[in-house]
Amino acid sequence: MSITILALASGLAGLGTYLILQRLLTRIIIGLGLISHGANLLIFYASASTGESPLIGGDDALADPLPQALVLTAIVITFAVTALLLALALRSYLLTGTDAVEDDREDRRIGGAE
Amino acid sequence: MSWLLPAAVAVPLVGAALTLVVGRRLLPQRLIAGSSIAFLFGAAVTLLLAVEEGAPIVSQLGGWPAPAGISLVADRFSTFVLATSAGMLVAVFVYAIAQLGRDALDWWFHAKYLVLASGVALSLLTGDLFNLFVGFEVMLVASYVLLTVKTDRREIRATISYVVINLLASAFFLVLIAIVYGATGTLNLADLAGRVADLPTGVADAISLLMLAVFGIKAALFPLFMWLPDSYPTAPTPVTAIFAGLLTKVGMAIVIRTQTLLGPTDGPSTVLLWVAGATMVVGVLGAIAQNDIKRILSFHIVSQIGYMAMGLAFVTVAGVAASVLFLVNQVVVKTGLFLIAGIVEREQGTGALSRSGGMLQRRPVVAALFAPLALSIAGIPPFGGFVPKLGLVQAGLEADQGGIIAVSLAVSLLTLFSMTKIWSAAFWGDPVPEAGRAGPGMIGATALVVAAAIAVTFVAGPAMELSTSIATDLLSSDGYVSSVLEAAP
Repeated sequence: MSITILALASGLAGLGTYLILQRLLTRIIIGLGLISHGANLLIFYASASTGESPLIGGDDALADPLPQALVLTAIVITFAVTALLLALALRSYLLTGTDAVEDDREDRRIGGAE
Repeated sequence: MSWLLPAAVAVPLVGAALTLVVGRRLLPQRLIAGSSIAFLFGAAVTLLLAVEEGAPIVSQLGGWPAPAGISLVADRFSTFVLATSAGMLVAVFVYAIAQLGRDALDWWFHAKYLVLASGVALSLLTGDLFNLFVGFEVMLVASYVLLTVKTDRREIRATISYVVINLLASAFFLVLIAIVYGATGTLNLADLAGRVADLPTGVADAISLLMLAVFGIKAALFPLFMWLPDSYPTAPTPVTAIFAGLLTKVGMAIVIRTQTLLGPTDGPSTVLLWVAGATMVVGVLGAIAQNDIKRILSFHIVSQIGYMAMGLAFVTVAGVAASVLFLVNQVVVKTGLFLIAGIVEREQGTGALSRSGGMLQRRPVVAALFAPLALSIAGIPPFGGFVPKLGLVQAGLEADQGGIIAVSLAVSLLTLFSMTKIWSAAFWGDPVPEAGRAGPGMIGATALVVAAAIAVTFVAGPAMELSTSIATDLLSSDGYVSSVLEAAP
């Protein structure tokens, strides 16, 4: 079980890295989503313990509720920021007519390329 | 007194909500925003005065004792940085209001600015690793919006790289949290400090390096700085100034806190020394190559971060003390320099040095404000930047690190060179046609910041004493740990 989660987490991180290195903004956003899912899975892999539902007054063998709280918070934050990034991508598309991230003109000018 | 800690975080957040409630009317928005920021400043100064002589003030949120609950901790270090940062928030807010009108920072500005202030306060005060993640996110989400809301076609790519790289850093932060929690079973910084010592060397080193990478991205340490000079210059001046003054410095403050609390403290850190040297050199060389005032100053942000890393790398009281003082001084100086860059841009209609000139002749007061800051950042006595730089060199000599001292002094010279470049291009020469005029509010707010930067010289002795006691606290973390763990909820 745990090796599956670990393989899944690293697979997601690898795929996400590949997507982030692309020029199209939509792929970058999907890549970021995959990487943060990988990170969330890693939190579970590294710290989740199995057991009963963690309610006050339960048995001794209770599951640790903290990793779930952490992952839940992280998911909410990622969700909000992804929405912001999508809005930004739309804006970029409306302004430039393309989904690709452009070069920095000032950099190219100073580098002597233009 | 401990109620001030959650209040410092909550009041700006509530203020942000209120500014949205009053709608697009500017006057009530300014009143709400101004009083919230002023409260944050007052709270930070009160806390600094309270902890300066005594033990840290701890607030256990929700009434749970540490390490089960989340602790907010005000010790000398966090309140010193917070008080300075809040002071800059006040000054830049005044500047932003003065700039309203034609350069229009509209109704949306206030809420984001307050959220940013709240994020800065939470990041500095928190005593919990995951809460730090939340604090960073609050700060960063506000910064994403502030940076992107007025972008045009040319600028949108720079803001995208800023958002993407910071999101990636947040994902690494989650990985760090996973490893730390998996290895130790706690996320409370004070509790961690005790447990990290018992970890196998490999795991402890991995955690320490991962922390350096995660917070290094936020602090713009080499080689993780490339997003900064691209994105910062694109925002409106008050936004760039507050980013330059606060965001990277908060990142660096967290690097100092985590490395001293959780990292290895037995002897100089080779990794940090190399990173510090490379950050300084690459930053200053980048600055020399640029032609736009704000881009030059942005590369200097990177370069100066190297100095703070240098003092930290010695892992001695003298080194860390110089780092802390350097950091606080930079918060003021960098904010001031960007505010002046904004005035120059306003008056000339451009920040490009090749199309500037004659500011000295037209607005001598702006030149008078720029000169002390430029000399301060280069470390020329008697200006404020000299004291921490001298401290760094002395600490380096004590720690027997001649190489990095030579690098830092060479970089100081190059810094002076690029400041002369701004001076000769923008302030000397024949005046270019006037494009606008900076109002007395903008000049006044900038003058306040410059006065604070100059004042560092006059209180150099007490400031160095405070920094030394901060460094002593940081390096022997027992006081911090025991006061957090023993504080009553």
